[in-house]
Amino acid sequence: MADNPNPDLDIPETAAPAGKPKRKGVKRRVFLAGSALVVGGGIFGVWWTDSSAKARGNSLIGGEGKQAFGSVMTIADDDTVTVYSPHIDFGQGSQTALGQMLADELDADWGKVTIEQAPADMAFANAALAKGFLPTMAGDFAAGLLPDSVIGIMARSMPLMITGGSSAIRFTGELAMRRTGAAVRAALVAEAADRLGVPESELTTSDSKVTHAKSGKSLRYGELAAGAAGRSLSSDPVLKTRDQWKLIGKPVARRDIPAKVDGSAVYGIDFTLPDMRVATIAAAPVRGGKLESVDEAPALAVKGVEKVVKLPDAVIVVAKGYWQAQKGLAALSPKFSDGGHAAVSTPAIYAAQDKLMAGGKPDNEGGAGDVDSAFTAAGVKLVEAEYRVPFLHHAMMEPFALTGHFKDGTLHLWGGMQDPLTTRTKAAKAAGLDIEKVVFTPMIMGGGFGRRFPDLVEIIDQVAILAKQVPYPVKLVWSREEELRHGTYRPQSSAKLKASLKDGKITAMRMDYAQSGDAEGEVPFIYDLPATSRRHFAYQSNQIDGPWRSVNATQIGFYTESFMDEAAAAAGEDPYQFRRKHLAPGSRHLAVLDEVAKRASWDSPLPDGVGRGIAIVESFGTIVAEVVEATLKEDGSAKVLKAFAVVDCGTTVNPLNAEAQIMGGCIMGLSSAMGEAVTLDKGAVVQSNFADYPILKLADAPPAVDVHFIESGAKTGGIGEPGLPPASPALANALAAATGKRIRNLPVLAQAKA
Amino acid sequence: MAIAFTVNGKQVEVEADADTPLLWALRDDLGMTGTKFGCGIAACGACSVHVDGAVTRSCSVPLSDIAGKSVTTIEGLKAADGTLHKVQAAWIAAQVPQCGYCQSGQIMAAVALIEQVGTPTDAQIDEAMTNICRCGTYPRIRKAILAATGAAAAQTGDA
Repeated sequence: MADNPNPDLDIPETAAPAGKPKRKGVKRRVFLAGSALVVGGGIFGVWWTDSSAKARGNSLIGGEGKQAFGSVMTIADDDTVTVYSPHIDFGQGSQTALGQMLADELDADWGKVTIEQAPADMAFANAALAKGFLPTMAGDFAAGLLPDSVIGIMARSMPLMITGGSSAIRFTGELAMRRTGAAVRAALVAEAADRLGVPESELTTSDSKVTHAKSGKSLRYGELAAGAAGRSLSSDPVLKTRDQWKLIGKPVARRDIPAKVDGSAVYGIDFTLPDMRVATIAAAPVRGGKLESVDEAPALAVKGVEKVVKLPDAVIVVAKGYWQAQKGLAALSPKFSDGGHAAVSTPAIYAAQDKLMAGGKPDNEGGAGDVDSAFTAAGVKLVEAEYRVPFLHHAMMEPFALTGHFKDGTLHLWGGMQDPLTTRTKAAKAAGLDIEKVVFTPMIMGGGFGRRFPDLVEIIDQVAILAKQVPYPVKLVWSREEELRHGTYRPQSSAKLKASLKDGKITAMRMDYAQSGDAEGEVPFIYDLPATSRRHFAYQSNQIDGPWRSVNATQIGFYTESFMDEAAAAAGEDPYQFRRKHLAPGSRHLAVLDEVAKRASWDSPLPDGVGRGIAIVESFGTIVAEVVEATLKEDGSAKVLKAFAVVDCGTTVNPLNAEAQIMGGCIMGLSSAMGEAVTLDKGAVVQSNFADYPILKLADAPPAVDVHFIESGAKTGGIGEPGLPPASPALANALAAATGKRIRNLPVLAQAKA
Repeated sequence: MAIAFTVNGKQVEVEADADTPLLWALRDDLGMTGTKFGCGIAACGACSVHVDGAVTRSCSVPLSDIAGKSVTTIEGLKAADGTLHKVQAAWIAAQVPQCGYCQSGQIMAAVALIEQVGTPTDAQIDEAMTNICRCGTYPRIRKAILAATGAAAAQTGDA
């Protein structure tokens, strides 16, 4: 595909998916966004204008010899540019990429650019994110009606400082970082023009300098910063065109990596204070259960244990160190109720989901065209299949750890969460404090994958309550067992798919699926079919279903792309060619699919016992197709020999990191499909640790993942999540090709053993 | 009781119960937090250190077994002048870490492997590198190990 000469924000998305979904599920989110706006304003009383937010931002990051521009960046007298990322770092690498985007537009010397985590303060609420998500929440029309100043208020009052939804580059980067860099550059040029008494048109910028070629004079950004900071910044500056980029699109080394190879990086779990105690916790094994009683004595008898704290649904042991706390907790025999959920089990959930779908009363329906008529038309062949996927544990390698210290009426917190601002609001509510009395220092995280959205993070409430009961700082650390058994899992979900075929093509397709969340409006249906229907049946168990890397696209991708292979088989067609026939000619999807088939040598022969599978899924504005070559080992586990991924995310800001994200997403998707499942018995989680929740290891992972990007220049898409969804169907399709056995229930391991 | 051993060449003495795992002595008592807690059952390898040169999962080794021994942690890999170990340098060159939490353990396992076999084969890497990485950095870990030992990264493709 040709590069777009003007890769700005306003390029319409190409290849609109077939069948306009009904917007029923989407309207609900508009309401949520709207009520958050009103409620947020009421709670916090921060109906700040943009100018007052900027003033506060300046007061926090600016200072002597350091000029602040908005709440985004500073320029110091020595030319150092500091970029404040509203996005946290949990491995996704977006902080470096955000710096690249700003520095490129600013024409800054990359060697003089540093990147810092933005403070957890209202002044750093992410208006770009509000603007970016608004079309999804309220439709493009509504988004267009709201001026930026109102969007800023909305972001501050929600408050919005999320890292998630693969949004950093496509929203914060495009809407805030590039624009700020360009606007500050323009202000520096204006300042230089006045100082030198020359027209702006005769000035150029590069390497943190403004140069007047005619006179040979130049001024450093550090010299111009104070004057430039007094000028008003354009809200609609001229951005560079693709051919002018010097940093965007370049494989820049990530800034966070050196500290992650010598042990010096400090994660939330590493944080320490003088006199700090360490605590650990056991919550009710059955979610929804309560603590009925506990004899504290056995824990207090353990050397180093200082205190036992009872919560409504958990017991905490506070000690000198983690080991003593763990020993103290192990000595206890707390009694918990089951919350009335003793009958909940994995098979019972699947049975309930089947019953719900059989009832035929969906909570929402997307799609277009008359599916029922197509199914009963003369001469059609019908294909049907049922699929199931289990709850999945996020398995972030750093278990939850949060330090709290309640001192002089203020609660101080240190740790890592996916939204620093809602961490404060949640802690404030739990501790009964005003938000101004909660200070949170965001730290880097050993993974998150959707587990660290504050709304679903109990440790914030636990620490807020615990810290108020002790006179010293206390770090609460969850054990892996606690982490695994009290997750906010990828939902357990069931689906029934049905298609009608005529002359080797699909005439209609229906997907019924039962799970907690509605995927409509989130996961686009990419195939161009005469009639489609996607019916959501809302089912909620006693578990809390949360976003798990790529959210609903994991299971929806598995269902759709497994079924496309089954439909191809029913039509007697090759899975790749069959998909081609159902994608719009000239579409980005088709280009991605063709490229992955080419790179994987789709038609080349394979050894006996090895199969090749293909899948394509669009999520978070990015299209990814993957081909996997896999075999089934004697013990029934899968081994992936090769993997290929082709990606169209419009533009890659940092190709090295984008490759790592796609590679990691693919491997995490393979891991989940191969062996991972959280199952329930008597309402409680059966698994306890990595011994019975197997994560893919190096030996069974593909030795390399061949990742290729198509730089289409289309609207920038996300990169952290979209590599994951095609992996599990590509694996299932490869194993079906290798063994002749179709795996419809994940994970593979449980299937093969069954 | 006081238990004495060597950490990164320095003699230390830790006042702790004999059953305290080495991991918690390092982290809570000695303040060396480069070695990570991931599972507590020696399943993930985030806590990997060297004990008398052998890669060891420190969450599951009691201090009583460490008395008098020599422990090397991620903090002790650099040369005295701050020069990175060749494996650490290879890790940066290959841009291995994402969240980075497991990487101390991965690096300690890789260093032990290289010290043991010199230039490992792919099969030896498969066998030795059993630490979990949730971010899925395995292809880059393999690439970095091969690069650190001078083996062509092309052995497994440069994807």
